[in-house]
Amino acid sequence: MIQFNHVSKRYAQGHDALKDVNFTLATGEMAFLTGHSGAGKSTLLKLIMLMERPSAGQIQVGEQQLNALGRRDIPYLRRSIGVVFQNHQLLFDRSVFDNILLPLQISGFAPDDAARRVRAALDKVGLLTKEKMSPLALSSGEQQRIGIARAIVHKPKILLADEPTGNLDPQLSAEIMQLFTQFNRVGTTVLIASHDIALIRSMGRRVLTLQSGRLLSDG
Amino acid sequence: MDKKRGAVRVQPTPKPVAEPKGPRGAEHHHIDRKGHSDNWRRHHVDVCKSALRKLLTTPVASAMTIAVLAIALTLPGFLFSALDNMRTIATGWEGETRISLYLQPSLSDADADRFGRQLMLRDDIAAIDMISREQGLREFARISGFSDVLDTLSDNPLPAVVVLMPTATSTKDLGLLRASFEALPEVDEAVLDMEWLQRLQAIMGLASRAVYVLGVLLGLTVLLVIGNTIRVAIESRRDEIVVSKLVGATDAWVRRPFLYTGFWYGLIAALVAWVSIQAAWLMLEQPVEQLAQLYRSHYQLQGLGLMGSLWLFICSVLLGWAGAGLAVHRHLRDIEPQ
Ligand SMILES: Nc1ncnc2c1ncn2[C@@H]1O[C@H](COP(=O)(O)OP(=O)(O)OP(=O)(O)O)[C@@H](O)[C@H]1O
Ligand SMILES: [Mg+2]
Repeated sequence: MIQFNHVSKRYAQGHDALKDVNFTLATGEMAFLTGHSGAGKSTLLKLIMLMERPSAGQIQVGEQQLNALGRRDIPYLRRSIGVVFQNHQLLFDRSVFDNILLPLQISGFAPDDAARRVRAALDKVGLLTKEKMSPLALSSGEQQRIGIARAIVHKPKILLADEPTGNLDPQLSAEIMQLFTQFNRVGTTVLIASHDIALIRSMGRRVLTLQSGRLLSDG
Repeated sequence: MDKKRGAVRVQPTPKPVAEPKGPRGAEHHHIDRKGHSDNWRRHHVDVCKSALRKLLTTPVASAMTIAVLAIALTLPGFLFSALDNMRTIATGWEGETRISLYLQPSLSDADADRFGRQLMLRDDIAAIDMISREQGLREFARISGFSDVLDTLSDNPLPAVVVLMPTATSTKDLGLLRASFEALPEVDEAVLDMEWLQRLQAIMGLASRAVYVLGVLLGLTVLLVIGNTIRVAIESRRDEIVVSKLVGATDAWVRRPFLYTGFWYGLIAALVAWVSIQAAWLMLEQPVEQLAQLYRSHYQLQGLGLMGSLWLFICSVLLGWAGAGLAVHRHLRDIEPQ
C-alpha cells in the first residue's frame, strides 16, 4: 500500500530530514513510526500525502507513483488518505460538526448522507454530544479526537496519524489506539507516528524506528 | 487498492454519490452522473449563498467597499448616458440641416426660376424653397421695418435664394454637397447652416473619447478595489484554505467562494450605481424640460435604458469576478500547508 524506495528529503536550508529510507507497508497493515524529536517522523508522513516532495527516491501509495503526480492530482491523493495532524489543524470559526463535515463537503457528498457520516464519526470518538460546540471550548484531548473523527469520516483506505495521543492521558491514549486497531480490522492501512514507547510496545505491532533521518530497525 | 479511474487520479474510497441501486451499466452510470451534477449544482448554490452571507456579516466594511465601487461605476455610467442623450439631440437637429444657395445677382428672375426647377429633379434634395428677389425684398422690408428706405431704392439689391433640404445627413457628405453647389455657375455662394453642428460633433467626439478613457480608468479602479478586498478576505481565511487543501480540496474548490464574493460585490455595486444614475436623471428631468421649452422643443430625457443598464450590470459583474480571479490567482498558490 505504501512503499518507500531510497527516499531522501533535504529541506531548503540544507538539512537532511530523511536519508535513504526503504520500507513497504502492506495493504491492511498497522505499524508505528517512532524516533526522537526531529528524527523525521512528520516529514515521512508529509511525503506520503505530498505536503512535501522527496529530494530523491520513489514513493508509491496504492497504485500511484507519487513522483508522477502533478499539482492537480494532489487533492485526489489526499482524499484517499485520512490524516490526524500533530497540531490538530481544526478550524475555530465553526462548530465541531462543521469541522468534521469539511472533507465530505470537499469530496461532494450529499448533505444528509454527509451528516449521517459525521455523527457516526463523532460517535466513534465519543463526542456525539459536543457536535454544536466550537473546538475552542474543548480540551486539547477532545480536540485531538475531533481531528481523528475528521480523518476517518470519509472512511479512507489509509490512515496516517502524527502523535495522535500527544495530549491524552494513558487511559484515553489506550482507547484511541483501540479505535485505530478497529479501523485496521476493517481493512484500513494505518501508520502512526509516536514516541510513546510504552504504548507502542503494548500494541505488539510492527515498529519503524527513525534516527536522524535513517530508518534503523524495521520490525 | 482502488480501481484506477483516470490516468493518475486516486479515487476516494466511498463514492461521493448515491450508491447504485438498480442494475449496473448504462442506467447506473446515468444515476451516477445525475447524482454528481446535482451535488455540484447544490454546492455552487451553497457557496454562492454563503458568500453573500459572509458579505452581510461585516455590513459596514462591505458597504464601504460597495460605495467606492458604486461611485466608480456611477460616474462613467452617467456620462455614457449623457453622451447618448446628446447624440440623440444632435441627430434630431441634423435632419433639419439646410443649404442656402445665394444666386448670382446678375441672374434674371426667369433664369433663377429655371435653375430652381432643375434642382427639384435631383434626388439628393428632399425639398426646395425658392425665394425670389422680389419676395426677399418684401420679407426683408417686413422684418426690418425699413420699407420706406427700401422704397427709395431704384434697384433690388438682394439676390434670389434657393433654400434646399438635402437628403444627406453626414457632415462629410453635406460638406461635399455644399462645395458642388458653390461650383455651379448660377450660384454665388452656398452656405451650410450647420457649422455649429460640426463644432458640436467635434466636441462630442472629444467628450466621448474622454468618457471612454474615464470609463476604462474607473473600470480598472473597480478591478483593483475588488482585487484588494478579495486579497484581504483570502488572508483572513488562510487557516480555512490550508485545512481545506489538507483534506483534499482542489484549487477550484478553494477559489470558488472568493469568485462568488467578487460576483456579489460587482452585482450589488451595479445595483447601487444603477439607482444613483437613474435618480440623477430623474432630478435633471424638470430642468431639461424647461430648457427644451425655451427652444420651443420637446425633449424626453433618456436614462440608462435597457441596453445601458445591461451593460452596466454585465461590466460590473465581470469586473468583480475578474478582480477576484486576479487576487485569487496571485495569492492562493502561496498558501500551502506546512
Ligand atoms: N519545513 C521545514 N524546513 C526546514 N527544516 C524542516 C522543516 N520541517 C522539518 N524540518 C527539519 O527536519 C527534521 C525532521 O523534522 P520532523 O518534523 O520530521 O521531525 P519529527 O520526527 O516529526 O519530530 P517531533 O517528534 O518533534 O515531531 C527536523 O530537524 C526539522 O528541523
Ligand atoms: Mg513531528
